Amino acid sequence: MKLIKDKKREISKEEEFYLASQWQLMWRKFKKHKLAMLGGTILAIFYLVAIFSEFFSTEDIYIQHLEYIYAPSQKIHFFNEEEFHLRPFVYGLKKELDPETFRRTYTEDKTKRYPLYFFVHGDKYKLWNLFKTDIHFFGVKEGTLFLFGTDKLGRDLFSRNLYAARISLSIGLIGVALSFILGCIIGGISGYFGGAIDTVIQRVIEFLISIPTIPLWMALSAALPKKWSPIKVYFGITVILSVIGWCGLARVVRGKLLELREEDFVMAAKISGTSEARIITRHLLPSFLSYLIVSLTLTIPGMILGETALSFLGLGIRAPAVSWGVLLQNAQNVRTVALYPWLFIPGLFVIIVVLAFNFLGDGMRDAADPYK
Amino acid sequence: MIIVLLLLSVVAFTIIQLPPGDYVTAYVAEMEGDRGERLAESDVIALRKAYGVDQPMYVQYFKWLWKLSHGDFGMSRQWQRPVIDLIMERLPLTVMISLFTLIFTYIIAIPVGIYSATHQYSIGDYVFTTGGFIGLATPNFLLALILMFLFYKYFGFSVGGLFSIQYMDAAWSMERFVDMLKHLPIPLIVIGTAGTAGLIRVMRGCLLDELRKQYVITARAKGVEERTLLFKYPVRVAINPIVSTIGWTLPSIVSGEIITAIVLSLPTTGPLLFQALLKQDMELAGSVIMFLSFLTVVGTFISDILLVLVDPRIRYEKLA
Repeated sequence: MKLIKDKKREISKEEEFYLASQWQLMWRKFKKHKLAMLGGTILAIFYLVAIFSEFFSTEDIYIQHLEYIYAPSQKIHFFNEEEFHLRPFVYGLKKELDPETFRRTYTEDKTKRYPLYFFVHGDKYKLWNLFKTDIHFFGVKEGTLFLFGTDKLGRDLFSRNLYAARISLSIGLIGVALSFILGCIIGGISGYFGGAIDTVIQRVIEFLISIPTIPLWMALSAALPKKWSPIKVYFGITVILSVIGWCGLARVVRGKLLELREEDFVMAAKISGTSEARIITRHLLPSFLSYLIVSLTLTIPGMILGETALSFLGLGIRAPAVSWGVLLQNAQNVRTVALYPWLFIPGLFVIIVVLAFNFLGDGMRDAADPYK
Repeated sequence: MIIVLLLLSVVAFTIIQLPPGDYVTAYVAEMEGDRGERLAESDVIALRKAYGVDQPMYVQYFKWLWKLSHGDFGMSRQWQRPVIDLIMERLPLTVMISLFTLIFTYIIAIPVGIYSATHQYSIGDYVFTTGGFIGLATPNFLLALILMFLFYKYFGFSVGGLFSIQYMDAAWSMERFVDMLKHLPIPLIVIGTAGTAGLIRVMRGCLLDELRKQYVITARAKGVEERTLLFKYPVRVAINPIVSTIGWTLPSIVSGEIITAIVLSLPTTGPLLFQALLKQDMELAGSVIMFLSFLTVVGTFISDILLVLVDPRIRYEKLA
């Protein structure tokens, strides 16, 4: 009896490969790609923080601390001069004004110690404009907490960076969603019908790809009316970014469709009188969905970079809305940055996120074809 | 090519027409706003007629196209000068920087790609691969800022511009050229990094695929020297995809050039386009974009011809 059981287990282990669904196999292969897992984790954290940016931020992003202009970042300490504190704390800031150059210099005021607490009551906010509350993930009960320093109006850059993450990260997703729809429809038509339609669409795509993107984006976003509300501008920019984004996807869809069109199961569906739209959506799309997802993942970083570049030039998202590009506008002047290097922090975030997306996409590309 | 040109002109024309209002409304607003003049309704109508903005869009388009074919790109409102003059002043520099960048990209990417492929999983390979990833992820303008920042901090001077002050408006001479070469490395690095990183990956991947093929093993078994073997066969094959990617590299280089030029304030078309867009000087902006795209398309076309030269198989396929 035991023998049979053992035998069974052996078989099941061997056959697991054949029994597992395509998605299970992909997940298994994906897990082996360490960098992709890392990228995925980083992105998950970033998106989580971005979704709950009000909660994770320490302050209201529009409050101006006029007494703390261009304050440097306050470091979190566990040790003061002699002993260890379990509860981390920051020191207060002492400002000195150079009488000749009028430069402000800040030093740590060791006499003032502000411990950090979790779930403190701070500035009031409305999470997603729905839930009124004033609880922040962490913060100080008295004194100030500028983890990333402040900008020229004395606004807390840590909180501003978190809020900016929401816009910068979501713009890629929404843009990709738009490109996805466009790419699937146009690529689908091109690949499925072939012939003259295919040729025309392919020429148009080749043409669009050959236009340098940044100048085109610049021109289109410069044409957005100045009076538009931040939300309208946001969607305008997303649409602009997806104008080019769909081309690559449409090519993937077309290539795969041309391959699959000749398969037997398509023929079978045709004979049984299935409509063409249904064949495309029910039978063809699912069979290369994994390739689509890979292609999508690799499109997002381009959009994030595009938004950052446009906003940096002042053509994209406009203040009072904040995105990483908007924050980087403060870093436009070399002399300012040389004095206040923490203005570069949003750039660091952009690089990390784009890297993470690239790693994730690489891992997914490897996993996309699990039978290889 | 002609069709592409026509399509480009449609895009450019659309861009020119994009902002709300037309030339006359902008002009009237300027007159009333800046100089406090009031224009009678009949004058506005007369103006509209004179500029032809009362006609349907397609008529305007063909008129505009007709003018283009005679070299008349209109006047720039912002500069009060013909658009074509402005562009011709700056375009050669853009083209030159793009070409230099392209060459720079290839000079770096091909050897590094070969090294990475032949020394797969060595420390050097890891360094280049990681560096390449970071290079791909860093936006051009940020890299420009960081380099400027580092130079400013450690060498105490600003690295913007393409010429020193004394050569800014000077005529072309040997000294001016040398001066420019001195300023060139930073823009080249900034614009070229992303492209180089991408090409290294392509080169490495292709060469790795080639090296695994049978003919390499056969050649090795027959005692062909490793160096000859590498450069004579697999490298030649692996270079083909690189040449064919010029079509994508060129647009991204031009894009990168535009944005880098704005940050580093190079006297190329980048800042010209940027200023034109900010001032809604759309005649200029549309024409700049048209020229840039046209050059890119021409570049891609040349790369196709190059590909045929480099890869004889393509010709045979067409003959068969």
